[in-house]
Amino acid sequence: KNRRENEVVEEGPSWECLPQEILFHIFQYLPLLDRAYASQVCRGWNQAFHMPELWRCFEFELNQPASSYLKATHPDLIKQIIKKHSNHLQYVSFKVDSSRESAEAACDILSQLVNCSLKTLGLISTARPSFMEMPKSHFISALTVVFVNSKSLSSLKIDDTPVDDPSLKVLVANNSDTLKLLKMSSCPHVSPAGIMCVADQCHGLRELALNYHLLSDELLIALSSEKHVHLEHLRIDVVSENPGQQFHTIKKSSWDAMVRHSPKFSLVMYFFLYEEEFDIFFRDEIPVTHLYFGRSVSKDVLGRVGLTCPRLVELVVCANGLRPLDEELIRIAQRCTQLSAIGLGECEVSCSAFVEFVKMCGDRLTQLSIMEEVLVPDHRYELDDIHWEVSKHLGRVWFPDMMPTW
Amino acid sequence: MAPNSIHWFRKGLRLHDNPALREAVQGAATVRCVYFLDPWFAGSSNVGVNRWRFLLQCLEDLDANLRKVNSRLFVIRGQPANVFPRLFKEWKISRLTFEYDSEPFGKERDAAIKKLAMEAGVEVIVKISHTLYDLDKIIELNGGQPPLTYKRFQTLISRLDPPEMPVETLSDTLMGSGITPISEDHGEKYGVPSLEELGFDTEGLPSAVWPGGETEALTRIERHLERKAWVANFERPRMNANSLLASPTGLSPYLRFGCLSCRLFYFKLTDLYRKVKKNSSPPLSLYGQLLWREFFYTAATNNPRFDKMEGNPICVRIPWDKNPEALAKWAEAKTGFPWIDAIMTQLRQEGWIHHLARHAVACFLSRGDLWISWEEGMKVFEELLLDADWSVNAGSWMWLSCSSFFQQFFHCYCPVGFGRRTDPNGDFIRRYLPILRGFPAKFIYDPWNAPESVQTAAKCIIGVHYPKPMVHHAEASRLNIERMKQIYQQLSRYRGLGLLASVPSTNVTGNGGMMAYSPAEQHPGTSSSSSSHLPGGSGSSAPTGSGSGSILFNFDSEEQTGPSRVGQQRHTPTQSHHQQQQHGYHSVPDSSQSITSSRLCHEFAVPQHPGLLHTRGSSITGKRERESEQNGSGEEDQASCSVNKMQRQSAEVSSFLLMKSYV
Repeated sequence: KNRRENEVVEEGPSWECLPQEILFHIFQYLPLLDRAYASQVCRGWNQAFHMPELWRCFEFELNQPASSYLKATHPDLIKQIIKKHSNHLQYVSFKVDSSRESAEAACDILSQLVNCSLKTLGLISTARPSFMEMPKSHFISALTVVFVNSKSLSSLKIDDTPVDDPSLKVLVANNSDTLKLLKMSSCPHVSPAGIMCVADQCHGLRELALNYHLLSDELLIALSSEKHVHLEHLRIDVVSENPGQQFHTIKKSSWDAMVRHSPKFSLVMYFFLYEEEFDIFFRDEIPVTHLYFGRSVSKDVLGRVGLTCPRLVELVVCANGLRPLDEELIRIAQRCTQLSAIGLGECEVSCSAFVEFVKMCGDRLTQLSIMEEVLVPDHRYELDDIHWEVSKHLGRVWFPDMMPTW
Repeated sequence: MAPNSIHWFRKGLRLHDNPALREAVQGAATVRCVYFLDPWFAGSSNVGVNRWRFLLQCLEDLDANLRKVNSRLFVIRGQPANVFPRLFKEWKISRLTFEYDSEPFGKERDAAIKKLAMEAGVEVIVKISHTLYDLDKIIELNGGQPPLTYKRFQTLISRLDPPEMPVETLSDTLMGSGITPISEDHGEKYGVPSLEELGFDTEGLPSAVWPGGETEALTRIERHLERKAWVANFERPRMNANSLLASPTGLSPYLRFGCLSCRLFYFKLTDLYRKVKKNSSPPLSLYGQLLWREFFYTAATNNPRFDKMEGNPICVRIPWDKNPEALAKWAEAKTGFPWIDAIMTQLRQEGWIHHLARHAVACFLSRGDLWISWEEGMKVFEELLLDADWSVNAGSWMWLSCSSFFQQFFHCYCPVGFGRRTDPNGDFIRRYLPILRGFPAKFIYDPWNAPESVQTAAKCIIGVHYPKPMVHHAEASRLNIERMKQIYQQLSRYRGLGLLASVPSTNVTGNGGMMAYSPAEQHPGTSSSSSSHLPGGSGSSAPTGSGSGSILFNFDSEEQTGPSRVGQQRHTPTQSHHQQQQHGYHSVPDSSQSITSSRLCHEFAVPQHPGLLHTRGSSITGKRERESEQNGSGEEDQASCSVNKMQRQSAEVSSFLLMKSYV
């Protein structure tokens, strides 16, 4: 700061005369607060502070002292932005804490964004999803304001919200040409028909995230239609509502159509199921690239993964039973030739099988995260030797993940 | 003239391997061993009755052992800073000795006492014996920063000389001609108080599962080693149903209070290993339990905010939920998950739980299910856990909540499956939650899934006699893993689809000074991030590789025109904001809004020189820049301090200033 002041003194007028473009160039590197400081310096800098380009993106943080440790965007600032800069906003996100008040505050802001044209909108619950707590009608009407007024939305992230089919229809009616990304995991009021409407109309959609119950053969066919651009990323969360839940199947032919249409697309699947609910999964080939098993998954299912997931890139298994996964891993190494990342939590693998697995995969394993407890010493390897052996095959230094003994 | 000494006990409640105590008696005319206790403070403190009882038992044992060498313990009611000046005068003290305390507040307190002593003409002798090593040496060896990964820590340790040998136990011989003047009313004035005196209601208090004291500790270590020798296996024991229970060979509370010298433990382990394994030299893993403790002491020693999220340079800022009701359910064993509740009951009743049980409940409270701040859990452990030490407690909680130390966060302990795997029969649960005793093993971990007939037969209706589960675990883990991933992606600036690659590289060679990112050492997909952001360099998405490139950021750079485009072409701060966005989604943040401290640190450090960032292509460059910034600033934590200061300031002035800008 001192230096800056000195220079101001020495060079005097030249600072005031900085052209706005240069000022903008500098200002864009500064956080909001620093820009505010700078705006106190002179009239020119104050004007620069208000340049529309600097107000294209804004992240509203809505937290209550009772429910969050983080500070919130000041209400007066919010008012000013709505008054002076709402027409400049293009990339907007809302981070809300677990309180209903915060979610409602976010919706109040949304419903005032009438004269702006957003390109991206994100509603992000930083703790327990609070949009679900508020009256659905209030949420829907606020969201629809944005859908109707912003005619060129390209990205929309509305996970864990009460969005419903009719509001998606409004989205489609106004933004079908521009929509590229839609994330709506765990939106219980959307039906398979609702998402079909999006897929049918929004031909530019490249990224989509939703829960398994919205996934259907028709959806995959729609996304692979000729009119549709190549899909890049499909994220599916498979969550069990009640134990013993039955899941529908997806035909292999539908997945095949997807791969034909978008040969490079990534299919990311997160499973949060009880072991017995896996019955219908991994019976046929599936083009999944990233697999995450958040709860215990059986040896049998992992064996099927090796047989049915030829495009697998990353596999993460949080827990498994007490029997070692030796053959399953070897099979995965053989069949999943793209596999480059694996993480194992509460599982067991014999040291020999693990070394064999690493040897087969070699240095394509860029991520190898194995809890120390996973590796069971056997006649060939002690725990202390294994990191040398594995490092040798990987071509870099590797250690198992350790947890503190406390 | 022979000196009159005071040895000040704090931790290190033992006569064996106590170098500072030995210094006190060396050639002394009189020796008095004191312990300070503020009875008023005791009742109001956050420490539970089990911990107080353990401490009082330690003091009684200490007094008993001192009697054997014709001395006594002086338990002094009051605060050291208030009482020492009077003692110095009254007892004509010329020497004060105590064990080195590495914790920031201990250091501060000791500095104040040292000053008082100096003013009173009292010589002060301080000796390290609560840790194996001089922690400052470890930090020095690491270039002035504490190592932030355990691996790095092990590497540093292996370069140090082995710990010093334990010193001789205090004995009549060592006491020499030194005497302890004891008055008639010693018991009244300086006796060890009872729990009642400290204001605890002891009615119905069950007897201690973990009796405190050095004598007990020395019995236990023999048993501990016998058992190790008997199984002749030096690996970390696998967890089973039995290991969940308090063991008569457990040592952690004794190490915490210093009833057992860590060096004694260290050398006894070494001897045993050599004997059993025929002189082969022991691996570092043999000392796991001791080294983890040492690791957290090292990480905490210069960080007074080690037990906080805000203002703690090594802690990732996570938007934890404030939820007092949920926290209370967890702390009071009313979560409705028998595995969690049984562990919390054991903790409250006995003051100790197995380390994997700690992992289970800590994960459940924080990143696994409830999304409540680790600081809250740490406070509950502080109250209940016998071996909870400030550094180790806070460090472990940060570890388990994935708030620091470059942790893989994918692994969440399931509050149902983890217990079932460990103790399939559920005996542990029946022991601590008798209400569930009637449930068959099949349902004891998830009794809410038991058919009504089973619940009736078990005489326990879920929702009536035992609570329903407080969260839907599957849904909670789905949400939480996604949040952790986004937070870690911001840290690592990794934008691909992989979960594992989201964790910032631990950077084996770096000193790990901060939770700052080192770009993509192991992530070939992201190492070329600077070029892939060039307009036109987009669309290179492929399902292979960990960083599948394109995602919608590039749509941004294609579409945006005008001056900001210049920013996009270079690797500039603006650009790095873009990179930190969660994968596939492009709202552009404003850096005045909170993200993570380390990140801010990184950026506040270089704001005037965006060009510098241009050169950052490898982790080495990035690292060097950061180091030089820190060295240049003269104070190792200045960068982060200034960030914290800025954050605090900004909280105060931002609204004012922003309003003013609008005038």
